[in-house]
Amino acid sequence: MTQTPTFQGTSHYIASAELREIVNVACDLQRPLLIRGEPGTGKTVLARAVADSFGLPLLTWHVKSSSKAQDGLYVYDTVQRLNDSRFGTGDVHDIQRYIKYGPLGKAFRSEQRTVVLIDEIDKADIEFPNDLLHELDAMSFMVFETGETITARQRPVIIITSNAEKELPDAFLRRCVFHYISFPEPDEMREILKVHHPEAEQKLVQQCLQRFYWLREQPEVRKKPSTSELVDWIGALRRAGVDPKILEQEFPFLGVLLKKESDLQALRRVPRKPYR
Amino acid sequence: MLIDFLYHLRSHGLSLSGKEWLTLLTALERGHAACSLSRFYYLARAICCRNELDFDAYDRSFSEFFEGLSGAEAIDSSFEHWLQNALPQRLLSEAERAALEGLDLDEVKRMFEERMTQQKERHDGGSHWIGTGGTSPFGHGGYHPSGIRVGGEGQQHSALQVASKRLFRNMRRDITIDTRQFGLALRKLRQWGREGLASELDLEASIAATAQQAGDIQLVFRPERRNHLKLLLMMDVGGSMTYHTQVCEQLFSAAHQSVHFKEFRHLYFHNCPYDFVFSDMAQQERVWTKDLFAQCDASWILIVVGDAAMNPYELTHPGGAIDYFQRNEEPGLLWVDRFRKHFPLSVWLNPEPSAYWQRPSNQLIRKVFPDMFPLSLEGLEQAIDRLRASPHAAR
Repeated sequence: MTQTPTFQGTSHYIASAELREIVNVACDLQRPLLIRGEPGTGKTVLARAVADSFGLPLLTWHVKSSSKAQDGLYVYDTVQRLNDSRFGTGDVHDIQRYIKYGPLGKAFRSEQRTVVLIDEIDKADIEFPNDLLHELDAMSFMVFETGETITARQRPVIIITSNAEKELPDAFLRRCVFHYISFPEPDEMREILKVHHPEAEQKLVQQCLQRFYWLREQPEVRKKPSTSELVDWIGALRRAGVDPKILEQEFPFLGVLLKKESDLQALRRVPRKPYR
Repeated sequence: MLIDFLYHLRSHGLSLSGKEWLTLLTALERGHAACSLSRFYYLARAICCRNELDFDAYDRSFSEFFEGLSGAEAIDSSFEHWLQNALPQRLLSEAERAALEGLDLDEVKRMFEERMTQQKERHDGGSHWIGTGGTSPFGHGGYHPSGIRVGGEGQQHSALQVASKRLFRNMRRDITIDTRQFGLALRKLRQWGREGLASELDLEASIAATAQQAGDIQLVFRPERRNHLKLLLMMDVGGSMTYHTQVCEQLFSAAHQSVHFKEFRHLYFHNCPYDFVFSDMAQQERVWTKDLFAQCDASWILIVVGDAAMNPYELTHPGGAIDYFQRNEEPGLLWVDRFRKHFPLSVWLNPEPSAYWQRPSNQLIRKVFPDMFPLSLEGLEQAIDRLRASPHAAR
């Protein structure tokens, strides 16, 4: 670990100085990096950007409500083996054939250093992070079926995203480097938009930003539009060739920004009457 | 000094152990903060904070701790006073500006302390004393590339300024956050059980059955694990509750969106539930309480949301209900008591901070309904912990 490459963001991903710093700290300390933030602030995309920036392969583990910690390491395909033994297909004596490695397992076995994204860890059961404690600490696990211990050849860069990290246990958090991506300020947002819409008219972008931040400030809007929605919105406006002036009076393609019926209705009747 | 800092953070409620301290030391050793206070601010925050709810406490303690070190608190209050009433900034030529570059921090600090002890009076626009609008390295509103700012507003974002801005103030734990947080809190109420269509392979049973069949493979399936929770949400609407509409809506939509419940019902009342409550917010559709009791048994969890703020006779007198059409023959408090007795698993969430819970109607209600918690994320968590600890809770 004499020379570590540093993360600088990529041409497709604008990272704040703060975030770049934290990514580098996490890589250097070899701690998992836990990222929280509003939806649409680029938590998941960060892993892609880190992998691209370091030139490393990315392994993604999308956590679901039914995910178990074991799934990330390996799964022993019992049913396949039973079936093979019943019908005499395949070599049933070679257990190795029935061990299917998950993203973490693959990363540990890889000759090359990898970036592992554990996406939306909070979706899984409350116990899920605790079950991973040892594996993340020691970067090794045992395959019980074969008695083999798999130790990481190259400690992977682990990036974990979470939407509601309150659920994560303390012991787990202690091992992570934590960063909260706050919603970008208009200036930062302009940089981000430049990446996505390099040819967009300045005037349109300016006007859109103004309307967008206004919309976010409305207390009636419950699901606040995020960066990705703004990018889509500008894309839609450009394709339709909407004149920036129109934006002063109305919101064309509002459905791109607001996805909830109640928000659309609320916006139509600002200011809203309270209940009786 | 680092140890002191960590203890200072601990005193502000961040739970830190030696592990964080060692991590921070290692990071510093590897040159991560590189002698910059603002980089140290972000570094230590990444290591010491567990979630953004901690950021505010971190900011407060960071500014407190490092403010003390910079010696800023030693400034005389009369200094402060005239520094705040500054004269406008004056324009400098390039040559003047160049001459000002190049004082290093230690020198500036030393000079500042020296001059503070010498200076006796207010000073504006000069180049030596601590003052405003001038080119002396000290004071504010002036121009000096390596100066010390005293009071007033600065333009550069230093770590201390970032910390003292307390951007994350509205993320504190005791303030209600959003629907999702509520939803997550409610998720803790889950009661697992297996019921319904068998769709999941039961490995243990399959092996046992296969062994029974002398190796002829038998696959046994079982139903998936599902949540058995039944939740009844009763909300006080109208009158003084109008001020709390938003937070109530958040709780409501959190409960509503939550697909985890087996059954979910929501009902409304005005100030106090009586012999009937309402199934709509406009209080048109009546639901008889006795029917409700028949439909929902004691396995339901009842969450009442209300500010318990009303005239006490609405609770103590027959016919005391605030709405004339209610014409209750029995006092409201009796009905509150019945709800409580029918649903042993019940809590009352009050959108008002607990400091206001001294009003008579509130005290009356708490006599029969003691489990009252503030309607905030913290309160909801406490309420849920109480429900889970209850002897009636399903395992």
